[in-house]
Amino acid sequence: MNGIHDMGGMHGFGPVPIEVDEPVFHTEWEAKAMALTVAMAAWGKWNLDRSRFAREELEAPLYLRLTYYERWIAALVNLMLENGLITQAELESGTPEEKRTPPLAGADVHAMLMRGGPVDRLIDTVPTFSVGDPVRTKNISPHGHTRLPRYARARRGVVVRHHGAHVFPDSNARGEGEAPNHLYAVRFTARELWGADAHAKDTVVLDLWENYLEGPHDA
Amino acid sequence: MTHDHASDDDQAHAAHEPSDPALRVKALETLLVEKGLVDPTAIDELIETYAERIGPRNGARVVARAWCDPEFLDALREDATAAIASLGYTGRQGEHMVAVENTPEVHNLVVCTLCSCYPWSVLGIPPRWYKSEAYRARAVIEPRAVLQEFGVTLADEIEVRVWDSTAEIRYLVIPQRPSGTENMSETALAALVTRNAMIGTERDIPVDTEPLMGTRHADRRGEAA
Repeated sequence: MNGIHDMGGMHGFGPVPIEVDEPVFHTEWEAKAMALTVAMAAWGKWNLDRSRFAREELEAPLYLRLTYYERWIAALVNLMLENGLITQAELESGTPEEKRTPPLAGADVHAMLMRGGPVDRLIDTVPTFSVGDPVRTKNISPHGHTRLPRYARARRGVVVRHHGAHVFPDSNARGEGEAPNHLYAVRFTARELWGADAHAKDTVVLDLWENYLEGPHDA
Repeated sequence: MTHDHASDDDQAHAAHEPSDPALRVKALETLLVEKGLVDPTAIDELIETYAERIGPRNGARVVARAWCDPEFLDALREDATAAIASLGYTGRQGEHMVAVENTPEVHNLVVCTLCSCYPWSVLGIPPRWYKSEAYRARAVIEPRAVLQEFGVTLADEIEVRVWDSTAEIRYLVIPQRPSGTENMSETALAALVTRNAMIGTERDIPVDTEPLMGTRHADRRGEAA
């Protein structure tokens, strides 16, 4: 979606808020927000792409007003409601209507984190592009989740790396399957992305699925 | 956004969300634990893991090994995920690693414009600035101005190569080994490597100051900028 989360290239956010001696977590609630989000994902009711989209779906004014971990919590609550893990009544009363058994125990955390969630997949399709090939990104404006940022749509670049086939987030976030397709690192000149005022030497590399790409001469 | 819209929105916000996120998260945690949706020992373990055990010291060991061991550097170039796993760093938000090397001609800078993708397995939880709107918005369009704020000034001849983490590939910057460190041990070298150098918001790693355990050095430079 053309949401507020898609920030690359925007002006108006001021200087980078660099902090001296920054702690890993600034407050206990931020640490809990991270941990609750990771622990609730263990229910397997939503995948990582859906979880990212839940943050993107927060209305733009709210998104900007919330701090980072407040967004996580707001999105987590929406996902839990949507998937029937909690009810609005429970949220308001604070009293559970039933008792369940958590899928993730403290003793399982280490193994779960070390395992992670690889998203590379073997597919039969031969990659259309090779390293060195010129490509052009499609011009799309889907309402759903996408990992093709606005600033890199309808732009010409060059494939610099083939990562193999990976789960396609646009489909996976919708619950429509992994639809794996080839993933490439594509390099763009800063001038292609931002115009003549950009530095002549600078480049930006994005990881882009084949679904987002076409040949340089395709209409 | 009109003023009316904003106040409507604010009222809706206030009705559904206590203003203090600490209270809100506490209430949510209590509900989830009482309902048996989360195990409190898992919450404690997750927090302890990222507060104490998984952080930029992991990545610093990767960098120091790459500086000292040409075979490891080759392996890192060939398959960074496997090379990094050989040091024991695997898993969540590090499933697919790529190492990008700074050279005299190229400076690498990593960002996630869409959210906050970051190589957790080697750098831990991202700092607040990495997740900030300003960094996400500006790193791709004016990386040199962003680097200036971190105290890094780049010559015009150097290419700034920005990596926007739009997929599940996680990028680790391998800074250039500082000169004058030929006789330093791998452990001593690892102590020089800062978190910011592995994101790309620091370039020249100084060796004339005391080695620091955390990320203080890079942050101090930021403050001075």
